[in-house]
Amino acid sequence: MGAFHSVPDDHQYHILSEKTGFSLEQIGILHNRFKQLSHNSDVLRRDDLNTIPDLASNPIKSQIVEAFFDGRNLRKDSEGPVQEIGFEEFLIVMSYFRPPSVHMTEEQREGIRRDKLRFLFNMHDTDNDGTITLEEYRHVVEELLSRSGSLGRETAKGIADAAMLEVANMSVGRMVQYLLSSVSWKYSRFIDKERNCCYIGIQSVLRKILVHSAYST
Amino acid sequence: MGMNWLLWSVLLVFLVFGSVPVGSDAGSDPDPDLHPDPPRDPHTPQHTPPHTPRRTFPVLTVQFQTVRKPFESALWILLASLLKLGFHIIPRFSSVVPESCVLIMVGLLVGALIKLLGETLPVLDTQLFFLVLLPPIILDAGYFLPIRPFGENLGTILVFAVVGTLWNSFFMGVVLYGVCLLEGSSQLAGVDLLACLLFSSIASAVDPVAVLAVFEEIHIHELLHILVFGESLLNDAVTVVLYHLFEEFAMMGEVTLVDVFLGVLCFFVVALGGVLVGAVYGLLAAITSRFTSHTRVIEPLFVFLYSYMAYLSAEVFHLSGIMALIACGVVMRPYVEANISHKSYTTIKYFLKMWSSLSETLIFIFLGVSTVAGPHTWNWTFVSATIVLCLLSRVLGVAGLTFFINKFRMVKLTGKDQFIVAYGGLRGAIAFSLAFLLSAEHFPMKNLFLTAIITVVFFTVFVQGMTIRPLVDLLAVKKKKETKFTINEEIHTQFLEHVLVGIEGVCGHYGHRHWKDKLGRLNASYLRRWLIVGERSQEPQLISFYNRLELEQALLVAESGTAGRLTPALPSSASLLAEKQKSVMNVSKEREQRIRKILRANLQKTSQRLRSYSRHALFLEEEEEDDWNEMKLQKQRLEMGRRMSHYLTVPANWQESPPLRRAKTESGNQVKESRPSAAVSVPIVSVESVPPSAPADSGMSPDKTADSPPQTVGGALKSLAGSGRGKGRKPSVTFALDVDEQKLPRCLSDPGPNKIDEEDEEHREWEV
Repeated sequence: MGAFHSVPDDHQYHILSEKTGFSLEQIGILHNRFKQLSHNSDVLRRDDLNTIPDLASNPIKSQIVEAFFDGRNLRKDSEGPVQEIGFEEFLIVMSYFRPPSVHMTEEQREGIRRDKLRFLFNMHDTDNDGTITLEEYRHVVEELLSRSGSLGRETAKGIADAAMLEVANMSVGRMVQYLLSSVSWKYSRFIDKERNCCYIGIQSVLRKILVHSAYST
Repeated sequence: MGMNWLLWSVLLVFLVFGSVPVGSDAGSDPDPDLHPDPPRDPHTPQHTPPHTPRRTFPVLTVQFQTVRKPFESALWILLASLLKLGFHIIPRFSSVVPESCVLIMVGLLVGALIKLLGETLPVLDTQLFFLVLLPPIILDAGYFLPIRPFGENLGTILVFAVVGTLWNSFFMGVVLYGVCLLEGSSQLAGVDLLACLLFSSIASAVDPVAVLAVFEEIHIHELLHILVFGESLLNDAVTVVLYHLFEEFAMMGEVTLVDVFLGVLCFFVVALGGVLVGAVYGLLAAITSRFTSHTRVIEPLFVFLYSYMAYLSAEVFHLSGIMALIACGVVMRPYVEANISHKSYTTIKYFLKMWSSLSETLIFIFLGVSTVAGPHTWNWTFVSATIVLCLLSRVLGVAGLTFFINKFRMVKLTGKDQFIVAYGGLRGAIAFSLAFLLSAEHFPMKNLFLTAIITVVFFTVFVQGMTIRPLVDLLAVKKKKETKFTINEEIHTQFLEHVLVGIEGVCGHYGHRHWKDKLGRLNASYLRRWLIVGERSQEPQLISFYNRLELEQALLVAESGTAGRLTPALPSSASLLAEKQKSVMNVSKEREQRIRKILRANLQKTSQRLRSYSRHALFLEEEEEDDWNEMKLQKQRLEMGRRMSHYLTVPANWQESPPLRRAKTESGNQVKESRPSAAVSVPIVSVESVPPSAPADSGMSPDKTADSPPQTVGGALKSLAGSGRGKGRKPSVTFALDVDEQKLPRCLSDPGPNKIDEEDEEHREWEV
């Protein structure tokens, strides 16, 4: 989990910067936020994130919080969920939202794109088996509609089914391992130096998901 | 080919005969042979003096003067429409030359014709232009404005519109003044700095009509389109302010610092005032549409009237009428669309398209005619300097601003993008009309300005308009994608938005996304509740999107199904679709075959796999399923009646075909089934429009008597776009699957490749 001294020194920052690609300043800002969230302890727990007031009205709050504690996102060998994370893991999750910098080669950009997609995929795939099944997708849609009361629940199933069939229609007979996007979508991120952290912009939308689904041969 | 010649000869006849009454003076007499006495109002009692000779009762009289004005207007409109028709019949032509060019040339032709005949030419009346011809185009643009890309790029658009136009005006004005001074000829001696600035402020505004006319045909991708188009809309505020400012200054003669400051203030007042006026009228329209459930026929009228009132009200105060129109359309659209019936929506859409298309045609024709008419003062230096400076200032402006903007943008604008944005800055009829409005006493060089502006307009429309298409292909600029509104896209848009907002929350950052989310929630909790009637106010947007999608698909399939049989009886909107349906349906049939084959192969496996899920899902056993379905369909029938009248009336016949079977339905899911094979006719349901309160007894559901699982019955039509009313049974169109599988635990519906009408794709955008 990384043993961090309460006063991080430059050396550790440098290591982190190399690992995650953030600049030193950004790491400093994020560290402040980390300390604020974790009430000055070294580790962050689910409850710390769950109690953020801004997240309260977010319909997929639980999935976002889970994403921070998901072993697959933390680049560890363990696949399952963890209970608490340190600053390094926090940074690793945050680094998924970085934009590709201008100095990157095309393969590096592809790699980054894949990482982001993998992150999103993991958010959908809750049972860690590498595939998004109909049930999981239904769950996603239900969560999205969870704020709209009971009327959302019934139609959620219909919507999820229609969506799955759309995918099946488009990707008949193919087996794909994880999310792919069609041509037009870009990720980028912009760190705001004055404010506390970073935000993401996704410029265009996923056009379709190709999943290894119940419909493959 | 014979038809083409016929059409052209008709057009020619109209041209010749049309130009005569159009050009004739007010005092010309009608044919005297038929009616010896001078034309008299037929209602006044005939006080014949005693000594007039007794005349025979006139069987046939000609009274042209009383109907002259409407006759002329109708004739012009007819001419314009016939031309549009003729233009599209010649396919090769329309792909090379943009429509606007052809129309201007026709205008020139008509003008020349009228001049040859010695009549006076009708000039583009600026009142007519600004009050009648321009609003439909702007309303059409504003109502169907794609909100999402517009909002995302609003900063960029504003910078281009405001700063870009200012830069253009000042740069061009100053340099032009310098050119005039240097040239030193007598013609240009009277042109002072303020006049130059006024001229350049008119000539530097990108024109929405021209941009729309050209860009609609080249189909570049969304971002560029919205950038240029948005800029052309929003720069109206700047143009209005600059125009009035310089006009005042030129008339007053001297400028003080206070005046400049007031000018800047005026800009904000004009822009924000226009938006405010538009928003107010938009809300009024939304509120009114809440109560129109009993008089659906006049719903479109409210939309048009409120928008027009917004425009006129803004014009009263010299605020920006264009921004008012845009704001009105944007504000009222989500609420009005949730309240009005589907037919009203179609009416609005087609009326707007019709009016804006007509206006555009008339504007370009009149532009051509006015060119022939207007008094011209040609000065080579001035005109060529104007053209060169227009291009130069545009290129410099775009390049400089993009350099600055790219620091703040997520997706940077590449050189190619910049080129298209710069090249797409077309000038059009608004510039011409504004120049026409100049008063001749204060601006003795008005004719010079007019000539120069006409030349610029011609240059941009012809040269830039014609070459932009090959240039786009040459530079391999990204074209517009086939936007199929897929449900997946929608789900993921929403999901990603929430993820981003959530991450922002974790970071503690309040970006614009945060505020947008807050605004959305405010909208959902207050505005939607007040402004949308009934339960749709509670409907989350994903569901309304999904409902809409299903509705459209069902309509498409329904119409395509009937197209083969009832073509003459169909309303024209369906036949519009039918054309596309035929080609699309053929493609999809192959896909359907493939899909069905694969599904059939997979279904055995999937049925077992799904059954394994079903242990903890809502699967019921087969016997229970039937009862469940009965109950469900009964409920659906009740719901359907109410929703049908609200949403759609599909005038089709109920057809039953033997080979169809009703596939099983999974209890928890909605019933959706794959499309039938080519051999099977599509069952369509006839629904009468039932008042909301009556229980549904429209004959829609399949024969309920059969119990055994394979039933030879047509599909059940579920009403579309209904909101889940508590029970949440959302029906959708179903067609039976010609499948041998008896053990289908569920019917897999194929929402299919979205064969949404192209117009819908382009012009409908759903907000998320």
